[in-house]
Formats: sequence, structure tokens, C-alpha cells
Amino acid sequence: MNRVAINFDECKGCRLCVEACPKNCLHIGNRINKIGYQHAEFDSEQCTACGICFYMCPELGAITVIKEDKKAVHHE
Amino acid sequence: MIKHTKSKSFYDTFERKGPGQKVTHYCPGCGHGTIHKLIAQALDELDVQDRTIVCSPVGCSVFAYYYFDTGNIQCSHGRAPAVATAMRRVHDDAIIICYQGDGDLAGIGTTEIIHAANRGENLTVFFVNNAIYGMTGGQMAPTTLFGQKTMTTPTGRTMAQDGAPIGVAEIINAIKSPVYVERTSLGTPGKIQKTRKAIKQALQNQVEKKGFSLVEILAPCPINWKMEPLQARKWLQEHLEPVFPVKQFRDNSDELIQAQFSTKLPWKSDEEVLDYFGVNKEQKQVKQEKEIEEQLVKFSGFGGQGVMLGGVLMANCATEEGLNATWLPSYGPEMRGGTANASIIISQDSIGSPVVDFPNVLIAMNGPSLDAFEEKVHAGGTILVNSSIVSQKISRSDVTAVYIPVSDLASEVGMIAGANIIMLATYLLVSKIMDINTLRKVLPESIKKKQFVDINMKMIDKAEEYFKEHLS
Ligand SMILES: Cc1ncc(C[n+]2csc(CCOP(=O)(O)OP(=O)(O)O)c2C)c(N)n1
Ligand code: SF4
Ligand code: SF4
Ligand code: SF4
Repeated sequence: MNRVAINFDECKGCRLCVEACPKNCLHIGNRINKIGYQHAEFDSEQCTACGICFYMCPELGAITVIKEDKKAVHHE
Repeated sequence: MIKHTKSKSFYDTFERKGPGQKVTHYCPGCGHGTIHKLIAQALDELDVQDRTIVCSPVGCSVFAYYYFDTGNIQCSHGRAPAVATAMRRVHDDAIIICYQGDGDLAGIGTTEIIHAANRGENLTVFFVNNAIYGMTGGQMAPTTLFGQKTMTTPTGRTMAQDGAPIGVAEIINAIKSPVYVERTSLGTPGKIQKTRKAIKQALQNQVEKKGFSLVEILAPCPINWKMEPLQARKWLQEHLEPVFPVKQFRDNSDELIQAQFSTKLPWKSDEEVLDYFGVNKEQKQVKQEKEIEEQLVKFSGFGGQGVMLGGVLMANCATEEGLNATWLPSYGPEMRGGTANASIIISQDSIGSPVVDFPNVLIAMNGPSLDAFEEKVHAGGTILVNSSIVSQKISRSDVTAVYIPVSDLASEVGMIAGANIIMLATYLLVSKIMDINTLRKVLPESIKKKQFVDINMKMIDKAEEYFKEHLS
């Protein structure tokens, strides 16, 4: 499945990714991270790995988008 | 498969920001981070990270060098295009980026950007227009909108008080030389993609040596706009975009642009540079017979006292004797009557920086010079004072003080302006670093007005006389 890995401690909780995701895969959770922000979390099976959240996010390393490797799954 | 992740043109950790740091210094929702990402990605894709130099501005992005794992140089306010031009002249193949804000580029730096664009420099400029001075706390920028409230326009910008918001892309587009001019926005994901393409094109143009490209990017400053990040993106679209139309103004990057001249200076080797300036190429072996203490000299006085010439002569004596030397002048705002000083370094080693903040030799030709530099002299250093003019005594006990009435002595010889030469000669005699006869040798070559050579030679004799009688 496609997914988004968030480095929680690099997130400033600005919500830009949350609002931009066309599939509503992201939300701001309740946990407060090391730099004092409630950070974004990913929890969805709908992610298309479109990368919109990645480009929207102002932090340089907060978001990584991982696309399911269909072939790899096939070979298993 | 990883589809999008942190660019390899960024450092893994931002050690310059602080040990182990991984987050930027930007406020939540700021536009700078996204723009950094788009630039870094283009550098990755064009495979030019290793030859890229990012010129960071003064403004919130002053610390771009925390993040970009490229060459970096932090420029004075607004001067990035001038710094970049200089680098262009010596690095044909460097990819040079000017990253500038609206205060930086459209305010204090208008001269530099206009002329770099007009010369068609092979550079890429990213102009981040957030319609405000971010770093300094939200003052009006040249791009601030009518009615926009800022710290310096508390009731909103008006035409009568402040003039109109300035369109940088339009101005650059009015100049013939640039190859590529575009304005984009960070308002929506789609517009960010357009920005991504424009940034890459503007860099590609430089890689292909096509000339000057500028991308103006409308970006939010949520903090100083006093808005939540999401609200700021909305405001950007509703207010900034109508005033600053998002569009491509020019794209000549498909045209084959024949380089009319090489922007690199026409010299190929150090040899040729020396030839050009008529410098004696014989590499002198640096004199090593006796160890000398590196001399960090401040030669200071008021304009017209000849401290600059004194400094030049001192440095010339040093190189004549096979020592290394630098000379760096510093003038006050006024040419005559103001303070002036020269920094001279004399060493057997290579000299890194010519700046002397803490001298071990201070030559004070007047009182203000002593006031300004006495405290900065290294313990164990020497202070030579023109006691004709300076009545006060040195208050420090950890330095050697030498008082010489050089102005009086010079008058006795017949020209008060010769005091600098008497002072220099006395320094040579006291320090014993260089021979007094070396000064006799270099002085005639170093003085432009040859009619003054003779009288200045007499100043040296006078200094020697005085030294023998009073100081040895
Ligand atoms: C010569 C000089 N003048 C003024 C300043 C003060 N100063 C620092 S940043 C800045 C404006 C920055 O605004 P902008 O270029 O829009 O960048 P932003 O911070 O918004 O990204 C000013 C005026 C300075 N540092 N140096
Ligand atoms: S990659 Fe696209 S679909 Fe997936 S979380 Fe990000 S924005 Fe949503
Ligand atoms: S855009 Fe980035 S910083 Fe903002 S909430 Fe999402 S992950 Fe966090
Ligand atoms: S003050 Fe504005 S421009 Fe500066 S970091 Fe904060 S949001 Fe960005």
C-alpha cells in the first residue's frame, strides 16, 4: 500500500498537508512533538502517493512518500 | 519505492544551526522552506549539486547555508547579484543562485539586480515576494499592497505616502537581456508544481549558459501577515495574485543564444594576471634567516597625514626584504580631516586575512587614533606616538611606548607632511624587523610626485639622528 512517513519531530503542525491531501489521509494528532507542536499523522489506505503533501510541506525532511512497489508484491 | 523524500542537496542534519538539528528556523507555514525544497530537487535532477553556489540574502533566508549542501556565500543586503557576477567571472561552470527577498532585491538591492539583468549575466535569481520585511518584524516592503497594514504602515499602505507596490517581474521583463522571466505562486498545490517547473527551467538555462533567468515567487509570511498558515495561503491568492499576476513573462530558453563574449575574465593563469599588471614575476624566497615576530600594524591618523602612504612604504619595505606583506586602507566618511588608518601585516608565513583588529604595533599620528586603538593592542606590543600632537601619555603598562615628536621634526626638515616618513623610519629603527636602508631604496620608487623624493629622503636622515640621540 502507498503510504506517507512523517518525521514527527520535524513537523510544525501547520496543517498545510492536511488540508491539501485530496484523499484526506492526514490529520493533526494530539501528541506534542519535541519542538512543541502537535504534529501531522498519516492513517489511510486511500493514499495515491501523489506527493501533494510533500510539496505543500515547508519542512525539508518532514514528509516521505512511499509508493507501493507492485512488482515486488507480485513476486512474493 | 520512495517517491518523494528529502533532497540529497540538503544536509542530513543542519549542524550549522545546532548539533543534531533537523528542522528549519522558519515559522510554521512559511514559504521559504517549500522554495528551498523545489530548488534542491532541481539541483538533484540536473546533477549540479557539486558545482552550485547559493548566494543567500539578508532576510529570513539569510541562513539558507544551514540547509543547502552546496557552496554557499552570504551576501550583504541586496548585493547577491553583484557577488554572483564576481563569481561568474572566475567560475565559468559554477551554477550560481541568487536567493533574495523583496526587501533585499526590490528595496536595498535594486541597483544590483537591474544591472545584473541588463548584462544578461548567466545567473539564476529566485525572488521571494512575501510583500513584507519578514526578518525584521514586518515593516512595509516595496511590494506591500495598498491598504496592507504593516509595522510601518499601521493604517495601511497608501499611494500618497508610500508609492505603489513594485512589480519586479515586470521591471525585469522591460529589460532586453534576460532570457527567462516568470512569476509563480505558492498558493495551491497546482501552483507549487508550476513553481517547481519554473525553478528547474531557470536553472537549466544557466546550465546551458543561456543567460539571466528570474523567477518571482509569491510566498506567504504568516507570522507578519498575522494569519494562520492556511489563511495566509488563501490571502496570497485573493490579494497578492491579483496585484502581481502569475504568468510567464518571457521564455527565450528554446532559442539558441550565442554567447557574445566569454564572461570569464580573459586571463588563464596566475602568470598572465601578473603580466597584465606588470608585476615582477620572480618568486622571491621568503626570508627566513632570522625569525621575526609577525607584525600586525595599525598606522592611524587623520586624513592628510599620510598614513596610507606610510603603510604602503612599510609593506613595500617588507616585500623588498623578501617578507610577505599586506596593506589594507580604511577611510572615514570624509576624505580630509576625518580619521584614516591602514592595516599592515608583515610575516614570514602566508597571510590569510589582511584585517588587523588587534595590532601588536600601533602608530598613533593623532589623539583620536590612540583613543580608538590603545585598548586593542596586544599585551607586549608597541605603541608609537606622535608626541608633537598627542599630549596624553599611554595609560597601559603592558606595552612599550615610544614618543617621537614627528610633526616637529618634519617641520624642522622643512615639510610637516613628512611626519609619516619620520614615523615609519623610527618604527624600522625601533623594531629592527627591516633595514632602514631598505626604505631608502623603496621610497623613490613608491612616491608618485618625484619632486618630493629628496625631502622625504631627508626625513629618513632626521629620524635616524633623533633615534641615535634619544631612543637607542
Ligand atoms: C544594510 C542593511 N540594512 C538593513 C538591514 C535590516 N534588515 C534585515 S532583513 C531586512 C529585510 C528583509 O526582508 P525581505 O528581503 O523581504 O526578506 P524576508 O525576511 O521577508 O524573507 C532588513 C531591512 C540590514 N540587515 N542591513
Ligand atoms: S501522497 Fe497524496 S494522497 Fe498520499 S497523503 Fe500525500 S497528499 Fe495524500
Ligand atoms: S505540512 Fe509539514 S509541517 Fe505542516 S503539518 Fe504537514 S507535515 Fe507538519
Ligand atoms: S517571519 Fe515570515 S518570512 Fe520569516 S520565517 Fe517567519 S513566516 Fe517566513
